[in-house]
Order: sequence, then structure tokens, then C-alpha cells
Amino acid sequence: MRVTLERRAEMGAWGLILAPLLAVVLTLVSATVIFWLLGQDPWRALNVYFLVPISDAWGLQEVAVKATPLVLISVGLALCFRSNNWNIGAEGQFLIGAICGSGVAVWTHGWGGPWVLPLMLVAGALGGMAYALIPAVLKVKLKVNEILVSLMLVYVAELLLDYLVRGPWRDPMGFNMPQTVTFARDATLPLLFDGGRMNLGTVITLAVVVVAAVVMARTLKGFEIRLVGEAPRAARFAGFSDARLTLTVFAVSGALAGLAGVMEAAGTVRQLLPGFSPGYGFTAIIVAFLGRLNPVGCLIAGVFIAITFIGGENAQILLRLPRDMTLVFQGLLLFFILACDTLILYRLRFGPRGAVA
Amino acid sequence: MTLTVAILLTIVTAATPLLIAALGELVVERSGVLNLGVEGMMIMGAAAGVVVAIVTGSSILGVLAAIGAGMALSALFALLTLGLSVNQYAAGLALTIFGLGLSGLIGAPFVGLQRDGIARIEIPLLSEIPLIGPVLFRQDPFVYASFALVAGVAWFLWRTKAGLILRACGENPTSAHALGYNVLRIRLYAVLFGGACAGLAGAYLSLVLTPFWTAGMTAGRGWIALAIVVFASWMPMRAMLGAYLFGGFIILQLHAQSFGVAVPSQFLAALPYLITIAALTLIMVLRRGTGAGSVAPAGLGQPFTPDR
Repeated sequence: MRVTLERRAEMGAWGLILAPLLAVVLTLVSATVIFWLLGQDPWRALNVYFLVPISDAWGLQEVAVKATPLVLISVGLALCFRSNNWNIGAEGQFLIGAICGSGVAVWTHGWGGPWVLPLMLVAGALGGMAYALIPAVLKVKLKVNEILVSLMLVYVAELLLDYLVRGPWRDPMGFNMPQTVTFARDATLPLLFDGGRMNLGTVITLAVVVVAAVVMARTLKGFEIRLVGEAPRAARFAGFSDARLTLTVFAVSGALAGLAGVMEAAGTVRQLLPGFSPGYGFTAIIVAFLGRLNPVGCLIAGVFIAITFIGGENAQILLRLPRDMTLVFQGLLLFFILACDTLILYRLRFGPRGAVA
Repeated sequence: MTLTVAILLTIVTAATPLLIAALGELVVERSGVLNLGVEGMMIMGAAAGVVVAIVTGSSILGVLAAIGAGMALSALFALLTLGLSVNQYAAGLALTIFGLGLSGLIGAPFVGLQRDGIARIEIPLLSEIPLIGPVLFRQDPFVYASFALVAGVAWFLWRTKAGLILRACGENPTSAHALGYNVLRIRLYAVLFGGACAGLAGAYLSLVLTPFWTAGMTAGRGWIALAIVVFASWMPMRAMLGAYLFGGFIILQLHAQSFGVAVPSQFLAALPYLITIAALTLIMVLRRGTGAGSVAPAGLGQPFTPDR
């Protein structure tokens, strides 16, 4: 028996939506099996993971709070991945954005004004951008592998954060806890509704999604990004510069990750502490792929992944399942998305062994 | 035992897991496949190794389980990248995320359970040589295995026909296919070998280096192993040099911390990662100076499908 892949003659628009949906269904089926193996009641567990988080108004706000950084980071990553630039250090850019923005908040604590918040957002975005440009410049100038450099910088950012909150930025009145002061009112993003944590960051993120969608679909830059990824030779003949594009997409994705970081600090957590990020920068990679590297797709995928994030937290309390369960689901989901993509673009053909295809 | 010997000993133990994992990935990349999931396979090896060793009471079964776990994950990777020719970068990342999660699940009931490390084996006569003897010939079996692996991989890649074919698959899969070799099957074997090595390296962490389980105990070592392969220009002997250099830096950083150097500990802890970046940059500067083109296998990371 011999299996070959054969390109399907026509690929309708339905294929674009079908692959991620199929991947989600397959992940749910695997989740059911895993819960059963762990001795949990699968229905109860699925309910905790996927339905409880969206069953009341407070829960829905929490979904938006978690989806905001995921969507913002993944929109930037989608630009990178589309043009074959492998920035997998968004987690580091996210943390540096939070650090730069929080630096402004800590420095102005007690004497700031309404100008503090805009300054924080700019500092966060610029910090993330600068951090992302390190692997980009090394790649463009010296062909250094951007995957490894961007990833190593994640560990460096984590240690820098740890140093700052235990050392110079520690709250002097904080009973020696490793955390900064709670940010003043001028240094926090306003809440959208009373009785929840949803804040202006969500609105900013939605605006970014709209802008990114228009840029990708309607502008020359968007065309360039798509072309470089899909047909690099054609892009070179068209006169597009690889180097400039690499710097651009890294700068944009770093700025968005940095913005996500400072908005998480100023909007949701309202101070800086060591376990500040639950790994948003890494999860956003999965969001980008689930969203088919498309800004609107990232929005939908981000909301879905945010639900499982909260589901995972609930399951820790209600089912005593470790948080690693969420990582297992995320890994499985990415496997299934990638596999479904191929199965929809290509047909598996079974033939007799040794047949010349 | 003098302090020098003690420090050299710890360098060997820091370098060994890096070396084993890097050698496996080196063979994988020589066949044209880039598996970014080393970290995931390594941590699964660490978890499976310590769990099976505790449950059965046998270190050997633990090591075998670790190798099996690494191979199982790499088989999953092979199914996706070779069977369905999906993007190797994305599949490797998925493997790392999945491995980190699954190892946490498996290891959770065993957190804090300590067991005896694997005994060292003294090689008679050689271990009596001053300085070198205790460092190199009074070691645990993994260290000897890593030396054998360096020699074995170098011999296989450059002195055997199978090694030549494997490298051909990495340099020019189309030509290898045209000559009648089954590129996908050869790449499958390479990927499985890489998984076995990553699993073995993980077992070293949880059975020898720190003989108990902690979640995320690989702490980026899988990624450093990937960097060593690039640093080594895909050459086994240079991988050994790279692994020992990185191992040396990790240990120096730890000793600097314990001697109370007046630098915050986080800066010292960040050194191995910063040095990785510096080393990757330096090697590219040097290569540019010699005018040599890319030394990476020409087909690295490109999916190959015989019929398209």
C-alpha cells in the first residue's frame, strides 16, 4: 500500500474555514479521550473548559481581557509568518513592552498627570519594537538565525523582569514582596464597564485588527508581505527588498507585542510582578496559525483560545487538573490545524505498493 | 578532590545533555529536516525517564522509557512533516508546546520524589591519570555514551555509504530521489534518531544531574542544543566543542553566583542565553570573513514530496 498526496483541483473558500473548524473538533475529541483516561467525567470537564467561561457577563469580560493580548500579538506574528520571518520571541517583546511602560508608571508614581498613560503606551510599543529589531537586524546584516535569537531573548527578558521587581523597582511599602507599586490612576487604562476588568485595551486591539485587515487586503505593503511568503522569487523580480520587509514586519510585530505587554500591565494587572505573563507570547503563535495568518481570523481564534485559557484556570480549581493540560490542548490544536490544512489542500491517494505515481 | 577537578567535573555534566541532544538534531538537520521540537522531546524524555525509574525502581528501564518517549514525539513530528508535508517550523513549535504540557501532566504526581542518581563507572588505570583521569574516566555511563555518539555520528556521516545518502537527502533531495533513494524513509530514520537522542538527553537531566522531577526542568537546553548545531556548522566534533563551551559558561555562571560576585544573580543567569546569541553572531561574522557560503544543508527545512 502506498499513500501519496495529490493537489486538489479546486479549492473553494469553504476550505479556508473548514480546516480550523475541523481542527477544533478533532481537539475536542482528543480532549474527551484524555479526560476519560485521567478518570474525569468527560462531559463535566468539557463543560468546565469550554462553556463555563462564557456563561455569565463577568466571564465574558474575562474572555475579552485574555483575548486582547493574544489577538494583538498574533496579528503581528501573522505578518511575520506570512513573509517567512520566524519571530518566536513575542513573549520577550511582550515582557519588554510591559517593563518599559511600567518604568514610566513607577518613575512618575506620585507626581504624574494625564500624560502618563499615553507616554506608557508609546514607551511599551517602542520597547517591544526595539527588542524585536535585535533578531531582525542580526538576520538582515549577518544572516543569524532569527528563531534562536528571538527565543533566547525571551529568557533574558524574563530574568530582567525578575531583577527589576525584586530589586530597583520593588514597592518599598510592599512587605518585601517581589512586585512594583500598584499603578496610580493616571497610569492605568480606564475600564469599559463597572464590575469587570475589560478596559480600553480591548478597543485599541479591535482598531488594530481593522487597520491590519485593511493593510493586508488593500495596500501594496500587504501585497508585498503576501507575495514574499508565497512566491519569494517573484517578489524579488518585482523589486521588493527582503531585508526591508524583514525589518518592517519584525518592527510591527514587536511594537504590537510590546503594546500588548504595556496594556496588560496598565489595564489588567496594574503592577508588575514576576509571573506577569501566562505565556501569551507563545500561545499567540497558535492563535496566528488557527486564525490562518489573517487579522480577522486571529480575532476569532484569539477569543476561542482565551476561552480555553480561562477554562484551564477553572479546571485547576474545580477538577484539580494541572494547568499543563491547557498546553497539551494548545499543542494538539496546532498539530491538527497543520494536518487539516494539508488534508484540505491535498487529497490522500491510496495505491498499490510500488506503483509509480 | 581539588577544586579544579570539581569544576571540570560539573562542566562535563552540564555539557553532556547538550551534546547528546545536539548530535541527534545534527543528524536530523543533515537529512534536510529542521525539528524545532528538541526542547519538547527532551522534557518528555526527562519526565518519562524519572517516572518509569521511580515506578519500576530501575534506572535502565527509565532510560529506555526516555528514549521511547523522545522517539514517540519525533514520530508524531515525522507523521506531520514527512507524511503530510506541513511546515516544519510550526510543527516543531507545536511539538515543544505539547511536550512541555504533557511532561507536566505525567510528572505532576512525582514532584519532589528523590531517587539515587546513576552510579559512576571508573575505568581502571585511565582514571588514575592526574586531573584528566577523574574528570573523563570516572564518570556516569551517559558521558561515555556521549563520547561514543560523537565518534559514531562522525564515522557514520563521513565514512559510510548510508551517511553519504543521508547527507545527499539534506543537500539535494530531488537528486537523491532521482537516484532511487527513498528520501522520506531516510529522513524518517534521521528524525527518529534525533528523538531518541533528545529523550536520552532528557533522561540525563532527571536521572543524573538533578535526580528528581521539576516541571520545565530543561530550561531552554533544547533550544541551546539547536544553537550548538548551527554554531558547530553541522560538524559532530565541533558540536562537542560547542557543547563543552556552553557547559563551561553555564558552570562558570553558577560558580560566580555562589562566590557572591557583585552582580545581580539574574544577570549571571542570563549569560548562557546572551552567550548563545553572541556565539551565533560571531560564527556568522567569521564565516563571512572566509568568504565561504552557507554551510547549512542546502535543503534544510524544505518539505520534500516525491510526486509533486
